[in-house]
Amino acid sequence: MVRLGACHAESNSVLTRKGHDRGLIIALAGNANVGKSVLFNRLTGSSQTIGNWPGKTVERAVGFLRRKDCEVTLVDLPGIYSLSAFSEEEMVTREFIAREKPDVIINVVGAPVLERNLFFTLQLLELGLPMVVCLNQMDIAERQGLKIDIERLEKILGVPVIPAVAARGKGVKDLVEIAVKTGKHRQKPAHNAARFEDEIEETVQKLAGMIEEEKIQTGYPSRWLAVKLLEDDLKIKELVSRHSARVIEVCTELAKKLEKKYRQPAFVTIASARYAIVTRIVRDVLVQADTSPSLSDRIDRFTTHRVSGYFISILVVGFLLVWTFTIGNFLSGLLSNAFSFFHPVDPRVQGPLLGVVWNGIFGGLVAGVTLVIPFVIPFYLVLALLEDSGILTRVAFMLDSAMHHMGLHGKAIIPIILGYGCNVPAIHTTRIMCSRKERILTAFAITFAPCAARTIIIMGMVAVFVGIQWALALYVMDILIMFLAVKVAGKSMQGDTAGLIMEIHSFKVPSVSVALKQTWARTKSLVMMVFPIYMIGTAVVQGAYTAGLLNPVNQALSLLTTGWLGLPTVAGILLIFGFARKELILLALVALFGADFSAVLSPAQIIVLALVGTIYPCMATVGTLTREFGWKSAWAIIGANLVIALLVGGILARLLLVVL
Amino acid sequence: MSASTEEYLEALYSLTQGGKVATTSELSKRLQISPASVTEMLRKLADQDYINYSPYQGVTLTPKGYAIAEKMTRKHRLLERFLHDVLKIGNERVHGEACAMEHALSDETERALCQTLKSPGKCPDDEQIIPACNLEFKSCAECQKCSEEDIEKIGRRKHNVVSMAALKEKQEGTIAFIRGDNRVLRRLLDMGLTPGTRIRVNRIAPLKGPVEISVRGSKLALGDEIVCNVFVERETEEMISGGSS
Repeated sequence: MVRLGACHAESNSVLTRKGHDRGLIIALAGNANVGKSVLFNRLTGSSQTIGNWPGKTVERAVGFLRRKDCEVTLVDLPGIYSLSAFSEEEMVTREFIAREKPDVIINVVGAPVLERNLFFTLQLLELGLPMVVCLNQMDIAERQGLKIDIERLEKILGVPVIPAVAARGKGVKDLVEIAVKTGKHRQKPAHNAARFEDEIEETVQKLAGMIEEEKIQTGYPSRWLAVKLLEDDLKIKELVSRHSARVIEVCTELAKKLEKKYRQPAFVTIASARYAIVTRIVRDVLVQADTSPSLSDRIDRFTTHRVSGYFISILVVGFLLVWTFTIGNFLSGLLSNAFSFFHPVDPRVQGPLLGVVWNGIFGGLVAGVTLVIPFVIPFYLVLALLEDSGILTRVAFMLDSAMHHMGLHGKAIIPIILGYGCNVPAIHTTRIMCSRKERILTAFAITFAPCAARTIIIMGMVAVFVGIQWALALYVMDILIMFLAVKVAGKSMQGDTAGLIMEIHSFKVPSVSVALKQTWARTKSLVMMVFPIYMIGTAVVQGAYTAGLLNPVNQALSLLTTGWLGLPTVAGILLIFGFARKELILLALVALFGADFSAVLSPAQIIVLALVGTIYPCMATVGTLTREFGWKSAWAIIGANLVIALLVGGILARLLLVVL
Repeated sequence: MSASTEEYLEALYSLTQGGKVATTSELSKRLQISPASVTEMLRKLADQDYINYSPYQGVTLTPKGYAIAEKMTRKHRLLERFLHDVLKIGNERVHGEACAMEHALSDETERALCQTLKSPGKCPDDEQIIPACNLEFKSCAECQKCSEEDIEKIGRRKHNVVSMAALKEKQEGTIAFIRGDNRVLRRLLDMGLTPGTRIRVNRIAPLKGPVEISVRGSKLALGDEIVCNVFVERETEEMISGGSS
C-alpha cells in the first residue's frame, strides 16, 4: 500500500494526483478521546494507510470507502481541542481544511463531554464548510444520565446531527449516508451558529468586511480570518500581512477597543464568548438526570486512590513489560525455529562479496522478523487496548509526581515502557508529549531502555556466564543512568515544559477489532522503517568486515576499548556490529570464540561489554531520532549516549577489578 | 500599618494554610516573641478586625486580614525570587533579606518586580506558591500591556482569590485569574477554563501530584506547575480564611 508521506510535499494536494477524479473527500475532525479513530477504523476496514503529514511529525491516516455511487476518501485528522496555531496537530488540521476543502467534515463529538466538544464544533462551523456532527459514545452518556435533545441541537447548529456508538457500529451507516449526501450537494450549514454577542460580532463583521474588500485570497473564509486575527493568531497575521498591511492595522485598533471594553486580551474575550454560546446551547439541549455513581466512577476512585492507585499503576506497567517479554520470547522462539533452515548466526562469513551482502540482507530480515515483530505486536495490541480503556491516563495521573523528579511528566511513562520492547516505535510515540523539549527528553530516556535485542545481550552474556544477579544489577543500573542522564539533560536544555494538561475520560470496554486494526497499521509502518535499515546496515557492516575494512577502525578504537574499557581488541568490531543490530554483538562473539566465550572474556569484561553495548543506540534508533527531531537534536542525543556509555563503562571496569 | 502587624499577619497566613487554626504558642515560636506579648498583640489585631481570636480556640484570619497577609506573603516571596534569580544571593540568605525588605516595598514596585521576573509561580527556598496580585487583571498579558502606572486607577479585586492548589478535594471555585504566559493560558481556555467558569476539585494525587478537576462536564488532570498558577474565588470569604471562628 502507498505511504502518504513527505514525498507528496511538492504537489500542493496531498490526496490527489492531477487530472484524477478525486471522488468524495470526507474529513474526520474532533477532540481527542471521542472515538474518532474507532469510527475511522469502522468505516475503512483494512484499506487504510498510516504515515506522516508532509514535513510534520503528526500521524496521518487515510482510508478508502468503496460505494456504488462514488469513491470516498476518508482522512482522520488529529484529535485537537482548538484550531489555534499552538501545536503541529492544530496547524495540520486547519491547513488541510483550508487547502483541500474536504467535501464534508464529520465532526465527531463525544456526547459525555458535550460542552467542551461543542467549543471545537463552533470553530469548525466558522470555517463554513459542509458538515455533519456525529454524536458519539451515546451509550456512555446514557449511562451517566445525560439526555440530549438531538433535533434541537440539529436546529441550533444548522447541520445534521447523528447519534452513534461507533465502538459497536451503531448509527455508523446513517452517518455515512448523510455525510455522503451532504458532501455531494455541498450543503453548507443552514446558518452561522457561532455568532458572538453583539459587540464582538460587530467587530468581527467589520474586520471580515474589510478582508473581503481587500480581496485577500488565503483559502480561509473571511469571517474565520477576522476571528483569528482578533485572537492574535501569529501565523494568520503573517499570512494576511503579506496581502494587506491595512487589515492588520485596523485589526490592532479593533482589538484594542475590545480589550478596553472587556478588560482582558481579545483572545480571552473571544474564547469566553465562544464558550458562552456553548453554555447556552448545552442549557437548551442537555438534561442531566441524577444517577448513582457509575461503574466507571467506582473504578476511577479505585485506580486513583492514594494506595490502590499506585498499586494498580505498577501492576499495569509491570503487566505490559511481562506480557511483552513472555509473549515476545515465545513468538521469537517460534519464528527463530521456523527460520533455522538459514543460519545467519555467523556474521563472519567468507566468500564472494555478493554472497556476503545477501547474507547480511537476509540476516537483517530474519532479525527483524524474529526480534522486532514478536515483541512489538503484542505490545502494540495491549497498549491499544489499555489506551482505549482509559486506564493509561490514570497511570499517568498517579505517576506524574514520580516522573517529575526526572524532569518529565506523567504521560512520558507510556513511550518509555514501549522502549523496553523496541526503541523505534517508542520514539515515535513521544508525539503524545506536548512540547518539543518534553518529546526530546522522553526520547532520550527511551534510548536507555533495554529493548528486546539489548535484553538478549544482557541475558545471553551476563546472566549465562556471570550470574543472573549481575544481569539484574545491569537493569537497575540502566534505570539509574536513565534517570540521572534525563535529569541533567532537562536542566541544561532550553525551552519550557508545559506541565500536565490531560483529559481524563471515562472508562470503557475497549474494542478488540479496533485495537487489532490499529496494531496492524502501526506495525506496518514500523516495518517500513526498521527493516530496510536492518537489512542494508547488516549487509554493509558484514561486507566491510569481510573486505577487511573494519580492522583499521578496530585498531583506531583500541585506545578506548582496550585502554579505557579493558576489553580485548576485537571489542571494536563487536561494537560496530552492535550499531547495525544490537544482538549482533552476541552473535559475533559466538562466531569468533565459539559458544563458551567465558574462556576468552573475564566476567568483568563480559559485564562491561554488555553495559556499553546496551547504552549506545542502534542504527534504526538513530534513523528514527533523525526523522523525528532533525539531525542536530538526534546527534546530540547519540553523542550523549556514547559519552555516557564510555564513561560508565570505564568506571565500571575499574570498580569490577576490585569487586570481582 | 506597622511592620509588626504585617509580620503577625504574614505568619498567620502560612500557619492557617489548608484551613488550619493557628495557636498562640505556634505564633510565639515562629515570631520568637513571648506568649504573653503575642496574646496582647492578638487582642489588638482582633479589635481591628484582622483576625478571629478567642482564647483557647486559636486564631484565624478574617477576609480583611487575609488580604493583607496574602499581600505581604506575595511581596516576601517575590523579593526572594528577585534576590535569588537576579542578584544570585544564596538560598539560605534570601528569606532573611526579604523579611527586612518586604515592609518597604510599594505596590507599584511589587507589580514591576512581578513583570520583570515574568510572573513567577513559586519562591526559591521552599517552593511555596507566590500568591496572585490583587489588581483587577484576569491574566498577566493584560498587566503587561497596561501602561497605567497608578495602581489605584487600575483597581483592585473585590474578592480574595486562592490558588487552585489550596482547594481541597470536593471543593469548588470560580476561575478568576490565570497567571503565566499566553501559551498556557490559551491551552487552558481551549479546555474550557475561561474566567468565571466554575470548577470542582475531584481528587488530588499524593506527593504534589496532579489535581483532577471537573469543568464543563469534562474531567481534566492538571500538573502541579499549572495548578499553582490558576487562581479561583471560593464560595464564601469565610472559607478563604480557613473556617470561621
